[in-house]
Amino acid sequence: MQIYLPIAEVSVNAFLLLGLGGIVGVLSGMFGVGGGFLMTPLLFFIGIPPAVAVATEANQIVASSFSGVLAHLRRKTVDLRMGTVLLIGGLIGAALGVVVFNYLKSLGQVDLLVKLCYVVFLGIIGAMMFIESLNAIRRSKSGTPPKRKKHNWIHKLPFKMRFRTSGLYISVIPPVIVGICVGILAAIMGVGGGFIMVPAMIYLLGMPTKVVVGTSLFQIIFVTGFTTLLHATTNFTVDVALAVLLLVGGVIGAQIGTTIGTKLKAEQLRILLAIMVLAVCSKLALDLLIMPSELYSIGAVEGH
Amino acid sequence: MRRLMILLFLVLALPAASEEVVLGLSKDKVAITATFDGSEILVFGAVKREAPISEEPLDVIVAIAGPTEPVVVRRKEKRFGIWVNTEALEVDEAPSFYAIATTGPLDQVLSNVEDLRHKVTIPRAIRSVGAPRSVADAQSFTDAIIRIRSDNGTYALQEGSVALDEQTLFRTSIKLPSNLTEGIYPTRIFLTRQGKVVSLFETTIDVQKVGLERWLYNLSREMPLVYGLMSLAIAIAAGWGASAAFQVLRQR
Repeated sequence: MQIYLPIAEVSVNAFLLLGLGGIVGVLSGMFGVGGGFLMTPLLFFIGIPPAVAVATEANQIVASSFSGVLAHLRRKTVDLRMGTVLLIGGLIGAALGVVVFNYLKSLGQVDLLVKLCYVVFLGIIGAMMFIESLNAIRRSKSGTPPKRKKHNWIHKLPFKMRFRTSGLYISVIPPVIVGICVGILAAIMGVGGGFIMVPAMIYLLGMPTKVVVGTSLFQIIFVTGFTTLLHATTNFTVDVALAVLLLVGGVIGAQIGTTIGTKLKAEQLRILLAIMVLAVCSKLALDLLIMPSELYSIGAVEGH
Repeated sequence: MRRLMILLFLVLALPAASEEVVLGLSKDKVAITATFDGSEILVFGAVKREAPISEEPLDVIVAIAGPTEPVVVRRKEKRFGIWVNTEALEVDEAPSFYAIATTGPLDQVLSNVEDLRHKVTIPRAIRSVGAPRSVADAQSFTDAIIRIRSDNGTYALQEGSVALDEQTLFRTSIKLPSNLTEGIYPTRIFLTRQGKVVSLFETTIDVQKVGLERWLYNLSREMPLVYGLMSLAIAIAAGWGASAAFQVLRQR
């Protein structure tokens, strides 16, 4: 069934969009990533104009994250306190990120920078997670108990706070800094930032993997909700018809994903996320390295 | 009196006066609904003439254009081992849609001079004035527009697809793709003999969104904040709905 999208001004197959939304929704529920870094290139591929794809994607992520968070709240795997601290940092970071983005735009070549950002960050994070979770799996197989986390310099910082759900008693400074960094990157790269936030929470803050997913989703809802409003009021590029089709698939997928996520072991969850991140990274890297079949591209004139 | 003489002379000098197009369109309004999946327009008509049919064969060209818009064409080049956009050219006028149907090969049906005057062929319909000096081969950029848009079906040249009977009745059908944009589509029908335009008929086709499409589009432009909040409300409701539905399913 073909549906004509009022803002994107293209006609697309409704079932294709439902399916895409569903797949990305499953990943969202499983790993606590918004899935924007996966969905946006897919939407480009089926012919949605890039500006509309980026803006509408944010709207869809709100729905699937909300669906996922509710499922996690019932299991009590959302650290609301940690989520709020990260969110405060995230919003500060997003505001800074928009300034940086506009500065880069005035220099030109912002597309290239976004792509390079993706390749570098996805590459580093994916590789690190992959190696770490592989070691963890090997350790659990050989039977040696994992080392208990030692107290390091992070625990000597002031403004300590107790995060009961995560079982942590640490200073609020590291989570706020993580939030700011992720916020900046999210604004530049046009995504919720879950795929950076999740590893940061696991490895930098030492949060348990199960809690990380729900907490990340909680924070993503607000960041992408804010982004949706910004795009709708400044660029007029949110296509609600496209969003509805994607999110119907997405919210169902998120519920399924959360169920799958609880059945997997933490190391398995991490290694799967690492593989996915590396796959997207290599796809983007290949696009930059291999000669494209069409050297020219048509874009809209800006500022007219 | 002298003015009238000049006018009379001009009218007589124009060959267009002897043969005229009487046109019919299967529809002069295209409504884009939520389930719009392309459309087809039947263009048909007759040639009205007072004098007997000329010895020279008659040809018909039908050209439908979409609204024009300025576009930027970018070219990728390999720099430091990766492919990046380097040169860009702004094209002032490129129709979002362009279809030509003719009775025969276009280069025989229409002379170069007439093409230049009436801007009939696709390369002529695209205009780029004031290309920056830094871009050496502006032509390859306009060629790229034609290539990309021909591939996705928005530019089409259908040579020999106009049926002409007894040099009088003609008909053709033009396919409108599903990724059509809104606007007024100028439609021109040329009658040519030996590459020269003897008559030109112009009309328009109105392409518009209707119903829900119209309402959503207007809302997003006129009340963007309300539209944005509505999108968010839908997202939250859908997220909550799915979660509640799954909970009910699990409890069973």
